[in-house]
Amino acid sequence: MTINTLNKNNTIIDFEKIRADFPLLQRDMNGKPIVFLDSGASSQKPQYVIDAMNDYYTNQHANVHRGVYRLSQEATDAFEKSRRLAQHFINAPSEKEVLFVSGTTDGINLVASSYGRKFLKEGDEVLISAMEHHSNIVPWQMACELAGAHLKVIPINDEGELLMEEFDQLLNERTKIVAVNHISNSLGTINPVKEIIEKAHAIGVPVLVDGAQAAPHMKIDVQALDADFYTFSGHKVFGPTGIGILYGKEKWLNAMPPYKGGGDMIETCTFEKTTYNELPHKFEAGTPDIAGVIGLGAAIEYVQQIGHEAIGQHEQELLEYATTELKKIEGIRLIGTAKNKASVISFLLDGSHPYDVGTILDKLGIAVRTGHHCTQPLMKRLGVPGTIRASFAFYNNKEDIDKLVEGVKRAKRMLS
Amino acid sequence: MSINEIQDEIIEEFDLFDDWMDRYEYIIDLGKKLPLIDASLKTEERLIKGCQSLVWLNAKQEEDKIIFTADSDAIITKGIIALLVRVLSNQNAKDIAETELYFIDKIGLKEHLSPNRSNGLVSMVKQMKLYGAALK
Ligand SMILES: Cc1ncc(COP(=O)(O)O)c(C=O)c1O
Repeated sequence: MTINTLNKNNTIIDFEKIRADFPLLQRDMNGKPIVFLDSGASSQKPQYVIDAMNDYYTNQHANVHRGVYRLSQEATDAFEKSRRLAQHFINAPSEKEVLFVSGTTDGINLVASSYGRKFLKEGDEVLISAMEHHSNIVPWQMACELAGAHLKVIPINDEGELLMEEFDQLLNERTKIVAVNHISNSLGTINPVKEIIEKAHAIGVPVLVDGAQAAPHMKIDVQALDADFYTFSGHKVFGPTGIGILYGKEKWLNAMPPYKGGGDMIETCTFEKTTYNELPHKFEAGTPDIAGVIGLGAAIEYVQQIGHEAIGQHEQELLEYATTELKKIEGIRLIGTAKNKASVISFLLDGSHPYDVGTILDKLGIAVRTGHHCTQPLMKRLGVPGTIRASFAFYNNKEDIDKLVEGVKRAKRMLS
Repeated sequence: MSINEIQDEIIEEFDLFDDWMDRYEYIIDLGKKLPLIDASLKTEERLIKGCQSLVWLNAKQEEDKIIFTADSDAIITKGIIALLVRVLSNQNAKDIAETELYFIDKIGLKEHLSPNRSNGLVSMVKQMKLYGAALK
């Protein structure tokens, strides 16, 4: 792998050179060199990932788990190698517990639907938080509706932190599952998921962690967390779209009915009765996104080569720098000021609509996200129509932030 | 003036601007000047929900003409509304229904009227034309 991040001694990571790994970052937007600050929505892809997928289609493609011929075996090996990479990436005990899904949304839907059908009964409760992405709200609403169960919500304070005393109150014998995000996509809050899991387990309740925003920024260890389910999307960890991971403890996955029926997930099929394949295949019906899986494997290799420690350190520096610099602008209001934050900054400019600010930043070549970030209930709770959100990845640098700050100042001048 | 005469006039005005900054400053200015829709008219029925910004549209018939007033919570959206109102308000209902709005593209604001921009403008134009079709 050629990574432009290692110095001559192959040790210190050079984040200035890392951009050269990402072809898209070399392009312009609206005639200006792109300043990409929307990795929270989807990250860019290193050449290494693009090459891996290209190579797969060029030299390796055949359906997996099917052919006895050499090519199919090679494709299957490459496919299953990615599963092991993902297993190590999140420190899952067994590869049987690592399922390929199409993304975080799919992972949550799988659990909500399948766990819900088996374990949710009338009068039961599902506990989520006030800062969930719609993807971690709606599937649970659907499951609750089907079962006659109730959705309960852990409230937050104005800084955007979970009220843990309220959580303690809400967690009870009717609670059948807790589903919370590891890091909030709108606010950047890092939630105390370990504590949540401990408390839930104390009364026998499993926990699903939506790790969509955590996987790109921190080392995930599902065993240390003791998470029952953990899910994330490939496209936010520098891999392709359309692929993601759902980790589930074997005891739950075995107890749950299959989510989708089809090829690959069966052991034997007759018109009278079908028996299901074992894990993980039981939950992987149909021809999977093989190229996506291989791309995700490459992305994981790439991220691990850099290392989460270096990534975290670099991003925290960016976060601190951006927070300090943005705060200097009069009329800036940061939305989400939790003590524990990842590299996401949401803000508002007094008297200006996020849409207007985003439009002007776009003209300056700066890509940020504006709007409700698929967290409408959270925006309502905070009493804002939406925010402007800048989210950083390890390929961002201080110059990007300087340009953002300049852009915001310019927007302020134009709009006031 | 006819709808197309006004469109051409706007295109000419925008030709004077050298870069996007000037264009946007002008639009922002228009947004600030747009007479606000009467607060009592900012009702749920008149609200066009875009997922990024909100738009209110009111239509009033005067003989064979339609008078539009509108508002938005975002100033750039409001500036573009001002242009749309200038083109379509006080026009014959049939003309409104049948017109082709080419000026938006010509003055370089096409992206604001893209269906996936979700600022409410596309729905607003559709709504204006529906009023035209219903009242002609
Ligand atoms: C916290 C969180 N959960 C879930 C999702 C949904 O991810 P995907 O659209 O990749 O399924 C996102 C993506 O924006 C997210 O940030």
